[in-house]
Amino acid sequence: MSVTGETPQMSWRDWLLTDTPASRRHARAASFYKGWLRFRTNSLAMVGLGILVLLLLIAAFAPWLAPHDPIAQDLGKRLLPLGTPGHLLGTDSLGRDILSRLIFGARVTLYIVVLVALVAPIVGLLMGTIAGYAGGWTDTVLMRITDIFLAFPRLVLALAFVAALGAGIENAVLAISLTAWPPYARIARAETLTIRNSDYISAVRLQGARPMRIITRHIWPLCISSLIVRVTLDMAGIILAAAGLGFLGLGAQPPMPEWGAMISDGRRFILDHWWVATMPGLAIFVVSLGFNLLGDGLRDVLDPKAEK
Amino acid sequence: MTSVPDTKGPGRQTPALVAFLKKMAFSLGSILVTMLGLLFVTFVIGRVMPLDPVLAVIGEQASKATYDATYHAMGLDKPILVQFLYYLNDVIHGNFGVSTLTSHPVIDDIRRVFPATLELATLGTIIGIVVGVPLGVLAAVKRGSWIDQLARVVALVGYSMPIFWLGLVGLLVFYGILGWVGGPGRVSVFYDGMVPNVTGMILIDASLAGDWDVFWDAMSHIILPASILGYYSLAYISRMTRSFMLEQLSAEYITTARVKGMSERAVIWRHAFGNIGVQLITVIALSYANLLEGSVLTEIIFSWPGIGQYITNALLSADMNAVMGGTIVVGLVFVLLNVFSDLLYRFLDPRAS
Repeated sequence: MSVTGETPQMSWRDWLLTDTPASRRHARAASFYKGWLRFRTNSLAMVGLGILVLLLLIAAFAPWLAPHDPIAQDLGKRLLPLGTPGHLLGTDSLGRDILSRLIFGARVTLYIVVLVALVAPIVGLLMGTIAGYAGGWTDTVLMRITDIFLAFPRLVLALAFVAALGAGIENAVLAISLTAWPPYARIARAETLTIRNSDYISAVRLQGARPMRIITRHIWPLCISSLIVRVTLDMAGIILAAAGLGFLGLGAQPPMPEWGAMISDGRRFILDHWWVATMPGLAIFVVSLGFNLLGDGLRDVLDPKAEK
Repeated sequence: MTSVPDTKGPGRQTPALVAFLKKMAFSLGSILVTMLGLLFVTFVIGRVMPLDPVLAVIGEQASKATYDATYHAMGLDKPILVQFLYYLNDVIHGNFGVSTLTSHPVIDDIRRVFPATLELATLGTIIGIVVGVPLGVLAAVKRGSWIDQLARVVALVGYSMPIFWLGLVGLLVFYGILGWVGGPGRVSVFYDGMVPNVTGMILIDASLAGDWDVFWDAMSHIILPASILGYYSLAYISRMTRSFMLEQLSAEYITTARVKGMSERAVIWRHAFGNIGVQLITVIALSYANLLEGSVLTEIIFSWPGIGQYITNALLSADMNAVMGGTIVVGLVFVLLNVFSDLLYRFLDPRAS
């Protein structure tokens, strides 16, 4: 601590841990910091966070980290084993460096994850809050639609969707979002129902606020934290679904280094050249494990009701 | 799931039978609505979204005459709502069109491949139950012990593992290196077609025919994919079992039973476990439905001639009839299992009503 006598100057830590915040921003920062302190004690969640920070860094600095061009073929050097000098994780059937493809593949994975994480929760939030706030027929119809999508087999629906629209990374994102939004709608509706009749909403309404303003300014902010937890927990599933589509050749198209498609490439050589399919699988596993760990930790911090 | 209907009449309480019938009617209604929704979505995907649904069915090499005939036969000159009604009529009569890949009616193809998927998913679910339930109970009873931690890690890894990759690695280790199990496919080539096809599930057919050589050969082929699916489902089943058990074990009646001097075994298995039965059945039904779906990727790895492989092959050769037919069948089974678990929960558990 930096409090060294002469001035009663507060350290950042004290400022953040105060019980008497001076402003709204101060209060928000303080509660964020306390959440962080609680989160930090959960070592597994910190491991998850570490994995994801690493993924972000790798994706950001891919061109500098990758030893080779991820799509440059060299048929003279095909299927080199692990630990070959210059090709740490070996090469695939077209002589491309597997490590470099994994590093660039982090970008593809992040791209898919971020897009789905933007589309699906927002659709769910809209559906859920409108249903919850409007009630009556609107609620019944919207929730019925939600139930129908919830009752769908996700991967098979995504398959059919991509089959109709054509393979490609954007269509894969659309297909996954289409099957991923219903749980968010459920959560948002449940939150809205508990908030809708509270006194402060009545107060805002009496001041003449329109429903749209109430929903966007006063209900959405309170739905966010439970949605974030759910999104984080779902991320692993989204990554696995994207990898599955890639594996079937319906996601990212060659020569783009997508992890699922890389497994599919290596599948033909699995008995003789096992590393070609195994390495991208490990990458998928580590990243989705990271999201699962982080999601568990966040749930403990953000949702005090949840089981410890 | 679906909201519980208001069975209490205004003021006076309705007789139990009427309430029961009302509940039945409501549930049936919600199944119908869900099914209709499912069919509508597949209709949109199969007929409306492709730029040219006719090309999607007959392929690009067809002549102009064929094109026009198909265009007319598919009713594409009619309004969209009428088209949907035609579509419904077709689906209800099991008419999914002809697969361009196999040139059989899609429904016959599905009838042929579905038992293989069912067999795989059923065995997977059985493995998931047999391992997952005891693991979950133990984890709850010995909360915080090494076995709880182990259960946690097992589940976490199960949730994070790409199932198709696990299949590949399993094939590499147990077939390629150790040689403990049969390779891809349902039976070895020389046993193919040895037993009469009764149910389409080889394990059952072989037992019926009393041909144990075939049975054991088929077993050696199915055990690895089924275990991998089973692992996937046990991750879910064990987690749910654990949290149900924890909820029961912290209830007061458990303390009472213990105070009365009941043996720990009776407290755990008869009292607590007896009370989670209904919840557990719904979880198992859900995980069964998920396995039917999860088998899509597994079937491809293991060259398993089931519906997942059928849909994927159709997909890769742009055989839209087969893709949509397969999607509808998987979707219907999935919805039915979902609804079944929901109903079971509502009818068996007095607390739910």
